[in-house]
Amino acid sequence: MANVTLRNVRKTYPGGFEAIKGVNVDVGDGQFCVLVGPSGCGKSTLLRMVAGLETVTGGEIDIGGKVVNQVEPADRDIAMVFQNYALYPHMSVFNNMAYGLRNRGMKEAEIKARVEEAARVLELAPMLDRKPRQLSGGQRQRVAMGRAIVRQPKVFLFDEPLSNLDAKLRIAMRVEIRKLQRRLNTTSIYVTHDQLEAMTLADILVVMNGGQVEQIGNPLAIYEKPATTFVASFIGAPPMNLMSTRPDEIKSQLGGAGDAGILGIRPEDFVITDQTPAGGVALPLTVEAIERVGAETFVYGSRQQDDKRVAATPGELPPGEIIVRIPGSEAPPIGQKIRVAAVRQKLHLFSGDGRTRIEA
Amino acid sequence: MVEQEGFRRYVAHIVLWIGIAIVAFPVYVAIVASTQDNALIANGQMSLLPGGHFFEVYYQTIFVGTSGSTREPVANMMLNSLVMALLIAVGKIAISIISAYGIVYFRFPFRMPIFWIIFITLMLPVEVRIYPTYKIVADLHMLDSYAGLALPLIASATATLLFRQFFMTVPDELLEASRIDGAGPLRFFWDTLLPLSRTNMAALFVILFILGWNQYLWPLLITTRDDMQTIQIGIRKMMTTNDALTEWPIVMATAVLAMLPPVFVVVAMQKLFVRGLVETEK
Repeated sequence: MANVTLRNVRKTYPGGFEAIKGVNVDVGDGQFCVLVGPSGCGKSTLLRMVAGLETVTGGEIDIGGKVVNQVEPADRDIAMVFQNYALYPHMSVFNNMAYGLRNRGMKEAEIKARVEEAARVLELAPMLDRKPRQLSGGQRQRVAMGRAIVRQPKVFLFDEPLSNLDAKLRIAMRVEIRKLQRRLNTTSIYVTHDQLEAMTLADILVVMNGGQVEQIGNPLAIYEKPATTFVASFIGAPPMNLMSTRPDEIKSQLGGAGDAGILGIRPEDFVITDQTPAGGVALPLTVEAIERVGAETFVYGSRQQDDKRVAATPGELPPGEIIVRIPGSEAPPIGQKIRVAAVRQKLHLFSGDGRTRIEA
Repeated sequence: MVEQEGFRRYVAHIVLWIGIAIVAFPVYVAIVASTQDNALIANGQMSLLPGGHFFEVYYQTIFVGTSGSTREPVANMMLNSLVMALLIAVGKIAISIISAYGIVYFRFPFRMPIFWIIFITLMLPVEVRIYPTYKIVADLHMLDSYAGLALPLIASATATLLFRQFFMTVPDELLEASRIDGAGPLRFFWDTLLPLSRTNMAALFVILFILGWNQYLWPLLITTRDDMQTIQIGIRKMMTTNDALTEWPIVMATAVLAMLPPVFVVVAMQKLFVRGLVETEK
């Protein structure tokens, strides 16, 4: 139905604050694109610019081959699901969904057919006469989705639609959104700060930070080869362990690659062992804390020597602390000295400022 | 509420009953006096029990009027008051909701100065600007007309302020959702903002209707003809007689009649009124 292309898109507020500093994204027809990043990174602003709710101060937004910078939201053929749903509180569920169609002058019979079809898909049929305040959070969320799908737009825009739901419902709705999007095959852009939502929903993942794109790509590819230390620590929970390569102990193990600057190892890539794999890295740790979640256990250990880490990144651990994920619930006791190691292929090397990935 | 034991509870109830008596007694006296013979009242022999002249007094009051200073039937005065109060209440709500909409939802040059100018008029009640207002109304030949009675009182900073505060609590997403749904500014106002303001409008209507109904100074100034006078002015005029006896039963009956419409409005709109004052759900 439609591609969405952002070409060097910028947003500068009248006060001079630059919220979006030149973003290039290309979302193919029917693809599900997720914008993810910490709060204040500009992801919502970018989405609202695509929706037409914020002006574009530089670059071009292209929907279905047409530049829409100056087009009113209603004429962009998009539908948006808001974080707080933004349902009209005085209208019934039916009218909430029908409102946009009526404003377009659609015939009542057609409106009825579309709304009833959407209600059937979203299991809202028994609630069409109710007001939004008589619905639960999950149902309101579905009405907001319904309002979007009856329009049969070229593009769906989602602005953190699940963040007001409880954890269980969030997972259920996440799956529903994905199924629905696959079935309708409508190009979608979805904003979230939850990296798990981002990983599970996205065809294309766009990791943003400070108004800029850090990395674009397939979610798993990004997970396996993060381009910067920001992406490395933002994608994946618990975050990747990042440490300076400066201490002699690490430098000697890495050999020539020791000049890279920052070494990253994901918690699940460590094994507790006395051996040092060839070309890999082994670290002695003292167990500080244990978190058992059933299927897996997180071991928090501290490194012996003082290691001031270089990159300041969100979700970062105190310097010198390492998280190790081990399967099952067996774990060494607190206070015990252990040795963990990771093989060469699982090491991530970054330049000293964390902005570039170095392939060893 | 805290349940109190025996004695203390009786004390509390007695205090409350005394309070009610103080408020209600004058009303009771007015009702009783309106059913008695004028001669008895004039002699200072008024009984505190209802007399037997209820129907004749009220018939005369409503359809005939007093035989003295103003001979206007009270029905006509009530009609004048009603038209004025409704014009003021509805006019104020209509004007102020539109100006509040403009101030909150549109970005135009001098938006804040305009808001402050409206705000400042709060400090200029009718009493302060009465001479220039009278001059304008007189020059426009609006003396002794409903327009002259209501128009100068319609502009309202208070109501504008109230709607402004309410509009600012309406989530922006509703406006954005409307924009995406293809609703222009007028449709958003009509389809979303007005229905949401319903309880606020009701609360304001009650307050403004009573305010309009009780206007005294302004109608006193600009109405000269008896058939244009409002009930509040009528009561005053009835009491002033030069050499005849004041017809107290009729004065009292008029006072009782003057109380009825505000009471009716409050009772009829009580539910909406309370919801308008306390409602937080959007």
